[in-house]
Amino acid sequence: MPKIDEYAPAAGRSAIEELKIIASRLKGKTILNVNSTAVGGGVAEILSRMLPMMTELGIKPRWELVKGGEDFYAVTKKFHNALHGTPQRLTAADFQLYRDTMKANLDTLNLDAEVALMHDPQPAGLIDKKPAGAKWVWRCHIDLSNRQDDVWNFLHGYVSRYDAAVISAPSFSQALPVKQFQVPPSIDPLADKNKDLTDAEVAAIMSRLEIPTDKPLISQVSRFDRLKDPLGVIEAFKKIQPYVTARLLLVGGSADDDPEGAEVLAEARTAAEGNPDIMVLCLAPTSNIEINAIQRASAIILQKSLKEGFGLTVSEALWKGKPVIAGAVGGIPLQITHKYSGILTRTIEGTAYWMKRLLHEPAYARKLGENGREHVRENFLLTRHLRDYLLLALYLESGRQEFIHL
Amino acid sequence: MGTKAKEAFRFCTRLTLAEVTGRRAANIQELLEGIRSADDAVIYYHTHRFIKQSHHLVPEGANDFAYWVANTVQADRLGEELTSIDIVQYHSLADIRDAFVKMLERGIAENPGPARTVAPGREFHFMRSIRFSVPTECAAVDYRSFLDCLRTVSVSSLYLHVFEARLRPPYGVDDFSHWFRLNFGDENVGREISRLDPYSYTLEGLRQRIIQIIEKRVQEGSNA
Repeated sequence: MPKIDEYAPAAGRSAIEELKIIASRLKGKTILNVNSTAVGGGVAEILSRMLPMMTELGIKPRWELVKGGEDFYAVTKKFHNALHGTPQRLTAADFQLYRDTMKANLDTLNLDAEVALMHDPQPAGLIDKKPAGAKWVWRCHIDLSNRQDDVWNFLHGYVSRYDAAVISAPSFSQALPVKQFQVPPSIDPLADKNKDLTDAEVAAIMSRLEIPTDKPLISQVSRFDRLKDPLGVIEAFKKIQPYVTARLLLVGGSADDDPEGAEVLAEARTAAEGNPDIMVLCLAPTSNIEINAIQRASAIILQKSLKEGFGLTVSEALWKGKPVIAGAVGGIPLQITHKYSGILTRTIEGTAYWMKRLLHEPAYARKLGENGREHVRENFLLTRHLRDYLLLALYLESGRQEFIHL
Repeated sequence: MGTKAKEAFRFCTRLTLAEVTGRRAANIQELLEGIRSADDAVIYYHTHRFIKQSHHLVPEGANDFAYWVANTVQADRLGEELTSIDIVQYHSLADIRDAFVKMLERGIAENPGPARTVAPGREFHFMRSIRFSVPTECAAVDYRSFLDCLRTVSVSSLYLHVFEARLRPPYGVDDFSHWFRLNFGDENVGREISRLDPYSYTLEGLRQRIIQIIEKRVQEGSNA
């Protein structure tokens, strides 16, 4: 794992110094994180990199996992989908299974800590055993703006007993009797997916992947999912082909274990058939450096989502200093200020117009990319994410003062 | 220029935690009502914090309210008027709030028709700032050490000392000008710095401008 000072070139020396000062006020305190998985998924990815930084800063982080059987995870998967706005049928037995699993975890988990962050619905019910004096935060990574009532009402009973809730975007907020804070997710600038690559490294990877670089590359990196609108991307590109010289690249996973994904991939391949300037590429889920290189080799990066959670892939693209054209949905407008740090679109026609415009105006496109990178530097790096958690811990520990002098 | 200050200038920085109030506005009338009942922490978030967060977007972005009215409600004229409110010229957040209320009331009075309501998902979200003052390692005792600090502190620090400082006693005066005047009797540096406008520079650009002002004074001092 990188040392905290290694983040200085990306985040800025002053951001690192600020982190050290904040952390010095929390020295020796235990901050507990509880979620449901140690590997896979955004939460585990962030925690695995953030917790070593806390240790280096003199804080004592702990990480516990909620344990449950397959039936428990089936129920919490339904919770997750229902909160995301995909209708689910929950039975009384499902809710009871959740309560029973929480009870079993309360007997085995060590919840001793000054501050605890409970991530998502899986550990929410552990609030029944909150130690006296501890400060507990429910950290929700899910967009709750279209949540299903029965699941939310059930969770509300737990969440309303926390000291605070944390959400990723203001539009995700719900009526709660506790204070809610906005802490957006983040990208790790030193991870394989985002770290700097030399031109030679990029060229070697593009050559290995057999992606020609003789024309400006427009890419969209995302799984083959209708909500990422790969067919809309192809249609937009076909509209501009009479006017521009460029190549479109759609990159996603192989979709072997996802029937709908396989269907969308097949449709994308059919739509691209016979068009030598449209490539559809499947990469293994571990192809982080390859994705990094493709983004760095691109002239424009698209994220033409029709629906998104936070859409952190946009920050990953902006971090490479590239002009990004993205759907104005979910958390994407927090990452892109239209016409200043990227382009927000709502239609295939709008996406086509801006692709053409940015290809024809490279100086403007470059400025968008530069602004976008600076916006990510200040707002969406792992160091800012850690800083927000530490500030929240200080706020709760300080007795909730609104103006705190460190 | 070689004399030492009676009191070192200790650079601090301002960090904020964003609280979501849950209050939303879907049209200009609701925005007005929200601002009317907003406390200082809300006004700070949408004005001072906005400039700091969006500083690299200059010339766009004077405050959150103006940005939403101009770009989401697409009330161009009112958006432009709200953009023109110069928040650093006010000495209290309450005065800033009153300026927005007056401007919005006038805008609504001049356009009495039904308010345009934005599409779901594009509402204005009222937020609050929990503010933290954090001391940095940088302290200056003379012009040269001040320049050294200025080159290394964060833009948050710069913003705190140059613009936010005007909201606390001595009202309307930035920390840098105050320190140079108090310790060296230097009125010129203060005069130059007080003329700086956050809407005309990025904060990095502002840093360079202040460095130029002080370097010029050092140069004049060594020529004297």
